[in-house]
Amino acid sequence: MEQQQNNNSENILSLANTLRWDLGVDLHDAVIESIYEDASRIARKTVQSTGEKATYNFERKIDQLVTSRWLGFPIMFLLLALVFWITVAGANVPSGMLASLLLDTVHPALKGFAANIGLPWWLSGVLIDGAYLSMAWVIAVMLPPMAIFFPLFTLLEDLGYLPRVAFNMDSLFRKAGAHGKQALSMSMGFGCNAAGVIATRVIDSPRERLIAIITNNFSLCNGRWPTQILIATIFIGGAVPSYWAGLVSAGAVVGIAVLGIGFSLAVSWGLSRSVLKGEASTFSLELPPYRPPRILQTLYTSLIDRTIFVLWRAIVFAIPAGVVIWLVANIHIGGESLAEHFIDWTNPVALLFGLNGVIILAYIIAIPANEIVIPTILMLTVVSAGMAGVGHGAGVMFELDSISATENILRAGGWTLLTGVNLMLFSLLHNPCSTTIYTIYKETNSVKWTLVSTFLPIVLGLVICFFVTQLWMLLA
Amino acid sequence: MKDQHNCENCPVHHTENLIRLGIAMDRVDYVVALAGNPNTGKSTVFNNLTGLRQHTGNWPGKTVVRAEGGFSYNEKRYKVVDLPGTYSLLSTSTDEEVARDFILFGRPDVTVIVADATRLERNLNLALQILEITDRAVLCLNLMDEARRHHIEIDERSLSRELGIPVVLAEARQKVGMDRLIATIEEVASGKYVCKPHRVRTRSPKLSHAIEQLTNKLSEQFPGLPNLNWVALRLLEGDQSIIDAMQSGELGKLGAGLITAQP
Repeated sequence: MEQQQNNNSENILSLANTLRWDLGVDLHDAVIESIYEDASRIARKTVQSTGEKATYNFERKIDQLVTSRWLGFPIMFLLLALVFWITVAGANVPSGMLASLLLDTVHPALKGFAANIGLPWWLSGVLIDGAYLSMAWVIAVMLPPMAIFFPLFTLLEDLGYLPRVAFNMDSLFRKAGAHGKQALSMSMGFGCNAAGVIATRVIDSPRERLIAIITNNFSLCNGRWPTQILIATIFIGGAVPSYWAGLVSAGAVVGIAVLGIGFSLAVSWGLSRSVLKGEASTFSLELPPYRPPRILQTLYTSLIDRTIFVLWRAIVFAIPAGVVIWLVANIHIGGESLAEHFIDWTNPVALLFGLNGVIILAYIIAIPANEIVIPTILMLTVVSAGMAGVGHGAGVMFELDSISATENILRAGGWTLLTGVNLMLFSLLHNPCSTTIYTIYKETNSVKWTLVSTFLPIVLGLVICFFVTQLWMLLA
Repeated sequence: MKDQHNCENCPVHHTENLIRLGIAMDRVDYVVALAGNPNTGKSTVFNNLTGLRQHTGNWPGKTVVRAEGGFSYNEKRYKVVDLPGTYSLLSTSTDEEVARDFILFGRPDVTVIVADATRLERNLNLALQILEITDRAVLCLNLMDEARRHHIEIDERSLSRELGIPVVLAEARQKVGMDRLIATIEEVASGKYVCKPHRVRTRSPKLSHAIEQLTNKLSEQFPGLPNLNWVALRLLEGDQSIIDAMQSGELGKLGAGLITAQP
């Protein structure tokens, strides 16, 4: 029966083949052409453009400007820099206010309450000094920049600017042997890499989709923006006169983001010429008309969909991480805490890369969420440097009511401009968070490609940090 | 169609008849497919029709998102399936294949083509291709506010005459024209409005004969498969995805599987 059916199908196909030769090979084109002819005939009959086309031409002019060969990229960088500058400049004051509320007022109150009801010291340590403080820290540090950054970014999206970015990037990606739509999933990755990985579904070819998935991690996600902004403010901004500080640190963050795009292109190029060989396929990209942004709706959706979503995720992961941090700092073996053991053990190697043991341990603890890297680093720095008078004892995530307090701690922990630069690089080039890794596994269904996506950035990051450090030492 | 000034007598007037069903969609009377180019406000139309509760999943075997919702109007229940936005139904991307297969073999009762009024010509390319494979369609001419801003005027009566299907003007972002769209969907679904869809005329006698020969063979092989003429034309063009579907035997199954496709 099955066989019979197959035979019939083959018969029909061969009949179609014979008939096709009879009709001539350009039948397909002829059909499409007549559809286009009919469409344009009907459109001519029914559409009238009366009078001037002022707005239309105005949009064309803008498009010519923002997608122009020479000005397209500078305009893109300037817009990004402007967004970061507003974020950096605007976030400091509300951050300080939140910190003084959550850390200076609520935390001692909680401690006092715990002491009053006679909670054992280790339980109040785990719950209040571990879980609560890490959560409070995440809110104080992340909420203000996110509440400024995301609405601005959503406005750019709503205006219709992002498709223009994709348009600008398209030819670069094609030259790298990747799909032009990778520009879109990359842009999505600037919000969240897990979302960016899912967004690669718009790419049909499995080869190009894999490339887009593996390289998505090179888009700085919003868990990493605060790290970049904070470290750039402290170390890069701190290295120049204060009236330049805001501008220079915003520029440094843009620099890292652009470097990420560069890595994305370079790795795509490398992959499409080695393990994922093939030609780039073509597609059509429409530049949608500019639409007046709906300000209130934008504020609302960016607050709900992005700010609150990301903040919630950060809090959920920060609470258990806070517990882990408190434990590794308070469980002692042979007179030293677990954290100190690990830091002492990794320090010599880490220093070769211009990092330190604290950063390595922080990145291990922070695998679930990049958002908690900075709080973890600060806490571990205090523990390992054995600083007296800061915080409330070992493993307490202490209050930091201003960026300069953060700076003092990091400098006391032996941090230099080089450490700052390397942390920024390593924050760009390390494994994706566990959510993204899981998403990659679900999307590719392959352990091999999940491992490649996880370890390729780490190896790259270590290599880059190593060379930067060695060069720096040579020149300094 | 109806005199628009006679509001009280017009069924459109009774928008209280509209009940958004969200995902509660047992016993569906009609299936409505929503097609259109990207960036035409198709999703906005979809949301306006079905409300915010939607059923999303993937198309069977594909990584293309499939969204479904429903509404009830004049005691009939409608299921709305949002097709991926595409520029044509001809080439080989997964999106286009999904959209094409659903209209072709899922046989929706009405296909709503959402078009951008400021870019009518390009949108008509898709509309004409859809009209090649279905008899019952409505053109929803969206973004009329933007068209006005750009001083573009569209004669929707002669457009409707040319296409042979009803044309509804809409500004979906402002929820304008949605009641009229629903009433028109009902008219087409219930057969009150009989479409005479525009068909592209390229067919030389030789081509017609070839199509006829193939159609006869096809109807023996796949009884019950709709749109045999279209399948025959695609085979003559050498459309690889249709050839593959025939060789794998998938073509025969398509007619049955799509309407009840699992998310």
